[in-house]
Amino acid sequence: MAFLDRAARSLFLTELLGGMALTLRYMFKPKVTINYPYEKGPISSRFRGEHVLRRYANGEERCIACKLCEAVCPALAITIEAEPRDDGSRRTTRYDIDMTKCIYCGLCQEACPVDAVVMGPNFEFSTESREELFYNKQKLLANGDRWEAEIAQNLAAEAPYR
Amino acid sequence: MPKLTIDGIEIEVEPGTSILQACEQLGIEIPRFCYHERLSVPANCRMCLVEMERAPKPVASCAMPCGDGMVVRTNSETVLKARKGVMEFLLINHPLDCPICDQGGECDLQDQAMAYGFDRGRYGENKRAVKDKYMGPVIKTIMTRCIHCTRCIRFINEVAGVPDVGAVYRGEHMEITTFVEKAIGSELSGNLADVCPVGALTHKPYAFTARPWELRKTETIDVLDAVGSNIRVDARGAEVMRVLPRVNDDINEEWLNDKSRYSYDGLKRQRLDRPYIRQNGKLVPASWAEAFTAVAARLKGLSGNRIAAISGDLVDVEAQFALKELLSRLGSTNLDCRQDGARFDTSVRAGYLFNSGIAGIEKADVILLVGTNPRWEGTLVNARIRKRYLAGGVTIASIGEQRDLTYPYSVIGSGPDTLQQLVDGSHPFAETLRAAKNPMIIVGMGAFQRADGLAVQAAARLVGEAYGMFRDDWNGFNVLHTAAARVGGIEAGFLPGEGGRDIHGILDGASKGEIDFVYLLGADEIDMAKLGNAFVVYQGHHGDAGAHRADVILPGAAYTEKNAVYVNTEGRPQLARLAVFPPGEAREDWKIVRALSEVLGTTLPFDTHGQLRQRLMAANPIFGAVGEMTPASWAPFGAQGPVGAAPFVTPITNFYMTDPISRASVTMANCTEALVGPAQERTGTHG
Repeated sequence: MAFLDRAARSLFLTELLGGMALTLRYMFKPKVTINYPYEKGPISSRFRGEHVLRRYANGEERCIACKLCEAVCPALAITIEAEPRDDGSRRTTRYDIDMTKCIYCGLCQEACPVDAVVMGPNFEFSTESREELFYNKQKLLANGDRWEAEIAQNLAAEAPYR
Repeated sequence: MPKLTIDGIEIEVEPGTSILQACEQLGIEIPRFCYHERLSVPANCRMCLVEMERAPKPVASCAMPCGDGMVVRTNSETVLKARKGVMEFLLINHPLDCPICDQGGECDLQDQAMAYGFDRGRYGENKRAVKDKYMGPVIKTIMTRCIHCTRCIRFINEVAGVPDVGAVYRGEHMEITTFVEKAIGSELSGNLADVCPVGALTHKPYAFTARPWELRKTETIDVLDAVGSNIRVDARGAEVMRVLPRVNDDINEEWLNDKSRYSYDGLKRQRLDRPYIRQNGKLVPASWAEAFTAVAARLKGLSGNRIAAISGDLVDVEAQFALKELLSRLGSTNLDCRQDGARFDTSVRAGYLFNSGIAGIEKADVILLVGTNPRWEGTLVNARIRKRYLAGGVTIASIGEQRDLTYPYSVIGSGPDTLQQLVDGSHPFAETLRAAKNPMIIVGMGAFQRADGLAVQAAARLVGEAYGMFRDDWNGFNVLHTAAARVGGIEAGFLPGEGGRDIHGILDGASKGEIDFVYLLGADEIDMAKLGNAFVVYQGHHGDAGAHRADVILPGAAYTEKNAVYVNTEGRPQLARLAVFPPGEAREDWKIVRALSEVLGTTLPFDTHGQLRQRLMAANPIFGAVGEMTPASWAPFGAQGPVGAAPFVTPITNFYMTDPISRASVTMANCTEALVGPAQERTGTHG
């Protein structure tokens, strides 16, 4: 019996047809792949991507050099130096993040009392050399200016849960 | 002796002990803000409330003396509730700006709010805001943070004795202020920021630069005066970020003067970080080998009596000992550690030490200051004299200039002739001295830095002998030095040897051309013009007067950059410890001398610091008793002779700038501008 069964299946190509039917069925279903980098998948508002340093709406930088992010960073990726600015306010003179050390745990943005350091939605910041991954304050502030719209939206979306 | 029960534990305490102190003896922690063990007790913060049986309300434990049969509870429901309530009231007006506050991380209010406070705020009204006050170049004020504990007022009135800070208005409107806008005229003002339990008073030079958790703490000693205050140096990386006092009841209690505390920024400026050789009148950077070769070339064939060495005010014992050994191998006995030109007998230890100890001041009942301004020459000695004055029953008199010493005293003369009158008993003050139980004489460098120094020393000794200052149980003869290196240098024997020249002889010889080679070991206070045409080697850490004159510069280490022994004015050896490494190619001083000796072909017999210390202890056993005062036995010292009529003058003209480190410091320059000189003489009607 078993012989007949196997012979019949081979003869009528049922397995092949089954496979073809599956293929045919998926042809009418929506696609799951995307055409990266021309198309991108959705990202959670909690996504932990590249760091930025944000500014207030009036252009004043938010960071007050409290050094809590430096203290909490488990990878010791953040280095901060501070001194009084000419107007007497507390500001950083140096804010470096070593992106090669960063483990993207997000503790820095959790620790920040003024939402200055935030991990933005950007994940496409590969570089051609290590040196380019040693971010300084200027680079981080530029990132902030670039991603402010998305970050503000994400923070607003997350606000009820914080 | 009252016996009471605290949290079910019975304890017997001295009469007069407060409940809070009794709790401390038991190891029970009582939160507090206004209570400070070295200040008076105002009991105004109410944080230390405890419950006492048969008391209708919780009592402030800091102000409640222990009584027999008291039953106290420190962890009952009522107490916890009271603490929460007090903390909530304190936080009503305290801003939540911990992230930008310099006290953040070491703040009493922050810690205690975490430990004893309520977990959320219920206050929705506006907070109080207070205008910041100007308190001088070292204290930064953020008065909105003030919780009115009044520790600062009590400190400045009681310990510093300069009543410049007080409070105005009442209740919530109370403000701590300097009354008129002026810098606090106290050399101890830095301690205000230490006693402040919140971030209302902070250190201006330290503002926003570091957080306490990122600092590396090194327990060491201060060398900017001869008191030898115990300090903690906080460093981050290769930089000293701040200096704080350490508790040592024998020396500085828990205070520190402003020069020692704030001149650390001088450690980063004007530093010598590589050897230099003078070529065609200009100092040119060189390698160590080249510098040593240049020194060796000059020393070649030079006879010992044409070589001399002078050591400075900040030099450690090891370097002086090593250089002394080197010079004796070169056949020279021309060496002196008294660069200020002081003349005093060094053959008897009792003749140049602060024999009673700084803590001994508290036992004295008559204090006679001779040619000294202790407020500037040893600020913490002065603070101890003031403490003695506050305890009552002491007579203080001075022979010398009239200065504000923060306590009342009488000037009974101006020069050495008054000492003579005291010796023969013809001076009216002799009566007071005769009646004293523990009379004390404190002789400053102003009395020795004169041609008749030895005779003045003898006269001071005779005063001591005449009025019973040398007894088995009391030695009231005290010399207050101004330089941390001095006593160490004397104990290590950095003094003119057999037939050797002292500092005056060396300078005379150099200007006359009898000395061809002078080794300056950190000596900057001498008159460089007197060095004539001599070949000058300067070993030190700052580009100051000595380096300016030098033909070869050997870069050494400052006191925060080496493990070394210093001996304070009491004759107490103490260890300085390495907090950061010397900059660039600079090295520890004894290593430089040791390396030079090898190039000169007379290698010194020690390769490690341990071996050097062994030899040091063999040469003088007092160096083995670190932290201890070795009592000095008494024998006649000084040289009796005619004394001059000139009045005693204190050698320090500007407290804030006495050495290469403080001269390089910007903070000290600001202090000088604000507190010394013209600014102080301005009357308010000046344009």
